Amino acid sequence: MPDDLTRADAATLLAAMEAGETTAVAVAEAHLARIRATDGALGAFLRTLDDTALAHAADVDRRRAAGEAVGALAGVPVALKDILCTRGVATTCGSRMLEDYHPPYDATVVERLAAADAVVLGKTNMDEFAMGSSTENSAFGVTRNPFDLDRVPGGSSGGSAAAVGGRHAPLGIGTDTGGSIRQPAAFCGIVGVKPTYGLVSRFGLVAFGSSLDQVGPMARSVADAAALYEAIAGHDPRDATSIPEDPPPARPALDRGVEGLRIGVVSSFLDGEGVEPGVRARCAEAVERLAALGADVVEVALPHADKALPAYYLIAPSEASSNLSRFDGVRYGLRVDGPTTEEMMAATRAEGFGPEVKRRIMIGTYALSAGYFDAYYLQAQKVRTLVQEDFAAAYASCDALVSPATPSTAFGIGEKVDDPLAMYLNDVFAVPSNLAGTPAMSLPVGGDEAGLPVGLQVMAPHLGEPVMFQVAAALEASLGLDLAPDALDDAAEERA
Amino acid sequence: MSLSDEQVRHVARLARIALTDEEVAGLASQLSDILAYAEQVGEVAAGDVVPTSHPYPLAGVARADAPGPSLGQDEALANAPAVEDGRFRVPRIVGEEA
Amino acid sequence: MSSAYEAVIGLEVHVELGTRTKMFCGCPTDFGGEPNTKTCAVCTGQPGSLPVPNAAAIEAAISLGLALACEVAPRSQFHRKNYFYPDMPKNYQISQYDVPICADGHLDVAVDGTSRRIGITRVHMEEDTGKSLHVGGTGRIAGADHSLIDYNRAGIPLLEIVSEPDVRGPEEARAYLAELRGIVRALGISDAKLEEGSMRCDANVSVRRRGDEAFGTRVEVKNMNSLRSLQRAVAHEIERQGALLDAGEAVTQETRHWDEDAGRTSTLRAKEEVFDYRYFPDPDLVPVTPERADVERLAAALPELPAQMRARLTGGLGLSDEAAVTLVDAGLVVVLDEAVAAGAEPAAAAKWLANEVLSWCREADVDPAGVPLAGDALAELVDLVARGTLSTKLAREVLVGVLEGEGRPGEVAKARGLEQVSDEGELVTLVDEAIAADPAAAEKVRGGNDKAIGALVGAVMKASRGQANPQRVNELLRERLTS
Repeated sequence: MPDDLTRADAATLLAAMEAGETTAVAVAEAHLARIRATDGALGAFLRTLDDTALAHAADVDRRRAAGEAVGALAGVPVALKDILCTRGVATTCGSRMLEDYHPPYDATVVERLAAADAVVLGKTNMDEFAMGSSTENSAFGVTRNPFDLDRVPGGSSGGSAAAVGGRHAPLGIGTDTGGSIRQPAAFCGIVGVKPTYGLVSRFGLVAFGSSLDQVGPMARSVADAAALYEAIAGHDPRDATSIPEDPPPARPALDRGVEGLRIGVVSSFLDGEGVEPGVRARCAEAVERLAALGADVVEVALPHADKALPAYYLIAPSEASSNLSRFDGVRYGLRVDGPTTEEMMAATRAEGFGPEVKRRIMIGTYALSAGYFDAYYLQAQKVRTLVQEDFAAAYASCDALVSPATPSTAFGIGEKVDDPLAMYLNDVFAVPSNLAGTPAMSLPVGGDEAGLPVGLQVMAPHLGEPVMFQVAAALEASLGLDLAPDALDDAAEERA
Repeated sequence: MSLSDEQVRHVARLARIALTDEEVAGLASQLSDILAYAEQVGEVAAGDVVPTSHPYPLAGVARADAPGPSLGQDEALANAPAVEDGRFRVPRIVGEEA
Repeated sequence: MSSAYEAVIGLEVHVELGTRTKMFCGCPTDFGGEPNTKTCAVCTGQPGSLPVPNAAAIEAAISLGLALACEVAPRSQFHRKNYFYPDMPKNYQISQYDVPICADGHLDVAVDGTSRRIGITRVHMEEDTGKSLHVGGTGRIAGADHSLIDYNRAGIPLLEIVSEPDVRGPEEARAYLAELRGIVRALGISDAKLEEGSMRCDANVSVRRRGDEAFGTRVEVKNMNSLRSLQRAVAHEIERQGALLDAGEAVTQETRHWDEDAGRTSTLRAKEEVFDYRYFPDPDLVPVTPERADVERLAAALPELPAQMRARLTGGLGLSDEAAVTLVDAGLVVVLDEAVAAGAEPAAAAKWLANEVLSWCREADVDPAGVPLAGDALAELVDLVARGTLSTKLAREVLVGVLEGEGRPGEVAKARGLEQVSDEGELVTLVDEAIAADPAAAEKVRGGNDKAIGALVGAVMKASRGQANPQRVNELLRERLTS
């Protein structure tokens, strides 16, 4: 047990609390204190929930001391992306549109976190409505990378990634529509998991691309991510796309090793142009390590993967254009007055949405409009079928697939804001799994020349979480990395 | 694909977003670039391919016709920008009901 | 309109289902109550909320499809219909598009004894919108100062039934809607009240030169709130379009509003305002895939439908076609069946229902399908008349008492003092007095002028204040004047 509780992972904290070596209140206070000290520099949280967090922690301590039942994550702090509805607590999605929106209900994931007795410390920054790969599209300021404060944390779940990477919380909740968990996890040197579509309820997740969105865990270890995944996954009758069967457990698979597994390397990703040398090198080493650990490593092709990102940039905006229609100044959120309802709506949406959100709504509206539907939306959904078939063929001979999580490590703040397409390319390796609804995760496999973290993506077929976690855990154990993001502490010291 | 300013304005009307002339011009060029990229989906022949709208194959999901909790009027209206007589207030409506 | 033209009419009917809860959430569907009290995160379109379809609504759609001889799709999908309107909480309506749950059926309707088959294009499920209240001006949307929205109705399940353009005239349009309403009511899936909006009908009307293959320009007519209103609106629209063509003018494709009071249609919306609804499959809702066994179960459970009812009424019960149509359309067959089961003679019970009960309903503004008359009470009334205890005239009064909740027929007759004079002695006195008072008439009857007896019967009836049994009076007069 480290003296500084914020250096401990969730498993260590749980064991210490169970053993009576510390308390949930002490753990919450330590993290809240660190947030007070360094979140000014990091910008991970939009707001902390000190009172409710400490009250929940105190209740956990009381029940634990009395020998009453506590949840599986009792007393472990968690950072919650501000796209999940919290009853009576502002849920902004990083948008002016929802600056003062207080949902009348809790998201299912929020209920499940409460049932697990995880202590929600606060709500984290994000690209507006989850549209972005840098968290620069938030209406409420940028979030910085804990490894280098001049760089982005990735996005859209950049706030949760930075919070976990920067030790403001051991666990984070993100959402992933086209890489929004895995890319920031890779940039911030942490583990980020997008589960199989339908394993985690979307009820209360403010929708971006409904057929792609999935909530998932972020953590500093594969085991912590597995524990958080198990806490939030499960059937929800309020989400018609929720898988009725029990989710496959992840933790029993963590110690199985990779011997005898056949792991496919997506060679077109690893050797693709645009992949930075540092990323390619670390990922290639990780692949070699898997082979050394006894996995049968083979090269696989995903022939239509190069069409996945174009398809994604039609499907996600199409769905978003419809999902975001409800923000019109009538029932909730921002209203900019106008003489007629039509003008009021148009002015409200002009003022309430940032440029990237407007771009995507416009693309989606266009792609669905009369005369263009077949060539854009429908053709993209056909590409989706082809991508699924590619994966099915690959998984016919492989247990899991690996690739770089991202083509590059964290880039500089402001570097890509004026070039939407360059920004979109961040997610080129991530989106095929979203299109297919299959699980995928990123785990750190080392640093590039500048010491910035590199993420390896592990992918598996539908409900293949056990094998995905199995591969990640074996690699993590073998690599034994100690990525130390000390930029944050240096900055804090300088300021102090 | 290159979008004209007029097309951008038409799409903005459909999407109910007021745009300045400057925004229209900027969007015309940005959207043209993005759509040119996205048009790669047309490079694969997909005539007989069935489109996929749902990534996980579920079907036949329904709930029993059993009442659940409703919000109270105060709660339903709590986030409303303008309220009158227990209802959401909006300015004059120009369009007719569809 | 010159008879050189033929009308081509297609009808789009919306039916609000009487499920307990809304289409996609657990909020109640009952009318009334304070505004915005029957809403939740789902039906007010709160961010993050998700729809889950109501199994009972899906079953109702299948049942209606089966009753209309439709194919039930083994796999259908919900789509989003995107347009901005403040009464629609998500600014899209969840509906069905290219694959509705039921399609390709038909409905036979009869006008003046001639039956025609109207194709049913589709039956699909969707959700209702909220209600707008327009403040200021005339209360209509045009000229209002601002509007107020209540989402209690938002999300109530709707079935939309679209016919082929097979309807050829106003009477047929009316008959189609009446028949459809009868089916919906027989299925028990909706109260289907046109006046209250739980059943709504739009008509697509065009005219073409008789013998032409091509359709004329189509006009959509809205706001018909009764069968009669539909018939009038369609007749008016056919007339209007024919007059335009006669004058060498063109019909404009548009949506027109029927004004019941003025008896004419006026432009609501020009079609140049093309809507681009951007339909796409709702990613929140998975395909609807009814099990074959469930469809078979629903098919087996279909109740007697109006056509079958009419056949039974005219066949087994021996009623006239007209009586059968009237009773079925009015939803009075249940009362008739109960009355017959309680021993009433079918023709007599039917006559009471088709005449007296219906006219009372019209005057009292009561939906006949919900008339407060038990079948056995009707049977009792019929019996009292048959036994001569009540004259038809008195029985009418008794019926009104029964309908107004005063009790059973016997009780009402007693309480209102309407029982016929059955005391023979009293009747004989009245008869003798009448003969004495009008010797001329008596003489005529004695002389073989049978018609003259009417004056004497009338006198006795008047003297008894209507409570004498006219048949017995007649007999007594004859006994005295012909013996």
